[in-house]
Amino acid sequence: MRERDSVADMLKYVVKRVLMVIPVMIGVSIIVFALMRVFSPDPAPIVLGQHATQESMEAWREANGLDEPIAQQYFSYLAGALKGDLGVSYYTKTPVAKEIGARFPATIELAVAAIIFATIFGILLGVIAAVKKNTIFDALGSFIALIGVSVPIFWLGILFIMFFSGVLHLLPSGGRIDVLLKPADVTGFYMIDALIEGNGAAFRSALVHLIQPALALGMYSMAIITRMTRSSMLESLGQDYIRTARAKGISEAKVIGKHALRNSMIPVTTVIGLQFGSLLGGALLTESVFSWPGIGKFTVDSILKSDFPVVQGIVLLVAVIFVTVNLVADLVYAYLDPRIKYASKREG
Amino acid sequence: MADTVLQVSGLSTDFVMKRGTVHAVRDVSFTVREREVLAIVGESGSGKSVAALSVMRLLQPPGRVTDGKVLYKGRDLLTLSHKEMRSIRGNHISMIFQEPMTSLNPVFTIEDQLVESIKTHMKLDSNAAVARAIDMLRLVGIPSPEKRIKDYPHQMSGGMRQRVMTAMALSCDPDLLIADEPTTALDVTIQAQILALLSELRDKIGMALILITHDLGVVAETADRVVVMYCGQVVEEASAAQLFDQPLHPYTLGLLESIPGMEDAESDGPLPMIPGMVPNPLNLPRGCAFAPRCSRREPRCSGGMPELTELGDGRKVRCFVAADMIAAEVMPRD
Repeated sequence: MRERDSVADMLKYVVKRVLMVIPVMIGVSIIVFALMRVFSPDPAPIVLGQHATQESMEAWREANGLDEPIAQQYFSYLAGALKGDLGVSYYTKTPVAKEIGARFPATIELAVAAIIFATIFGILLGVIAAVKKNTIFDALGSFIALIGVSVPIFWLGILFIMFFSGVLHLLPSGGRIDVLLKPADVTGFYMIDALIEGNGAAFRSALVHLIQPALALGMYSMAIITRMTRSSMLESLGQDYIRTARAKGISEAKVIGKHALRNSMIPVTTVIGLQFGSLLGGALLTESVFSWPGIGKFTVDSILKSDFPVVQGIVLLVAVIFVTVNLVADLVYAYLDPRIKYASKREG
Repeated sequence: MADTVLQVSGLSTDFVMKRGTVHAVRDVSFTVREREVLAIVGESGSGKSVAALSVMRLLQPPGRVTDGKVLYKGRDLLTLSHKEMRSIRGNHISMIFQEPMTSLNPVFTIEDQLVESIKTHMKLDSNAAVARAIDMLRLVGIPSPEKRIKDYPHQMSGGMRQRVMTAMALSCDPDLLIADEPTTALDVTIQAQILALLSELRDKIGMALILITHDLGVVAETADRVVVMYCGQVVEEASAAQLFDQPLHPYTLGLLESIPGMEDAESDGPLPMIPGMVPNPLNLPRGCAFAPRCSRREPRCSGGMPELTELGDGRKVRCFVAADMIAAEVMPRD
């Protein structure tokens, strides 16, 4: 009985949360729509060049609907967006969805690699620092975390390139893959595409290209996760149930790895979720440093070029990602902490 | 003695801190026999819980055992390796704690936590371990244990959680259960239930029980023998009957007098209390630690520490005055 109820509760909760995306999307789209038009009131001379004639600019504005009142522009954009039409880029005339789709897998690949690295090492360092509190290990872990939080990622990326590519010649300095080895586009994720093709060389090439940017990008998240894990772990280790666990005679590894860790993962999950969300939004500078063809660099370029439809599309996408990642983090919560209930009214 | 389960002798535990060293347990000795209920009584800070944690070797830094022996069936627990100690804990000697609300891990089911205890010490497969866990829950009086075993701790009341803790502690048939203020955090009616349960289980399983409490009412109901602690020292030891009949140490006397009883309610006077406060553990008085609060204080009490004097019948008292009175056979009956 109890279990079936909780599954129903969870579904209800997920549906509710998914529906809540709608007002968020409307709000976000209004804001970005207005902001773009404030910062760049007239994109025509930027798109067509300074030497364009008044007539050609008029014609261009009319063709792109920019001569209409802003409210009307917004509603026709919204009507299109509801049908899945986000417009076309002012420059390439390619549908925005397609432009983003071509670059997004690169960003996802990098973000996933970075968050995996950050999570594994962040939790590991945090746990060691907490268990070996006030020892050299703790000091070292905290030092690494401090460096990770305070060093600018793009600068770290440049240092990495100088060292691993310049001095050691171990890793490629940029790009996603050796151009000659690029696998056929199926998913857009080169490592997966390489596996589909059964192309080992392409897979290895994609992997070594990923290591450096992922390390550099994940460093900040790792530092945040380390700090959170340490403080959360210290709190768990001081709880009565840890004493109970020790009184049972179970091994210290189990006391720490099971009883303390599971409890301290609850706040850490939020941090991982938020970090992953922002990594997926595109790492502007890291992507530039490593010539990584993701949406980070694309965003900056599009803003500078006043490519309204593209910027609007990207912002909407990032908003959806954030809401989704948060929802997933909340669902993981409930798995980690049985005290969290989805039912809004009923008390457990 | 052949039937001795646990013999603690000369146990001392210190907490070394920046502000100074607290001698939380000072030269404490006591013996627990098979199937016996030994109560350790004292106020908060008297060192009774620290003594118990020292026996289990569950003290966390800065706490450290500095001296003494803890003989369990002839083996000194203080000299065992961590691994050997783990095979004792939860298996031969178990412990339950004061806070049932926080002593169970909130993110694991009762089943998970019980089975973990059982599988740590018994060679049982998962099904057998679950079956034993359900049996243990039934033994401690949890209704429909097959269902409740799937619950998380937050779905249970405090009394139920203390029953679960008890089931967990008893799941490997220990010889000795140390119950550290097991009823303090519970409602009065639930307290009585848990105490009755512990006594009943003592008889069923045939284990010995160390009951740590500040509540002499609890002692009267359950204990065979009593050790009274004050400022980290044993000040009196007696059978429960002797202690209530004729308390020797002025501190014990004070504790007994400050229990609100039926007669007091009628007598209308204020409840007697022990004057003064427990001394700062960083700065204990020279001589008898209780002297500053004692109604029978004599000059010699502040001069030197009285010994824990054997009086025959297994009675011991740490008091110059009481020891002299007993020697002269003029002990006043209060």
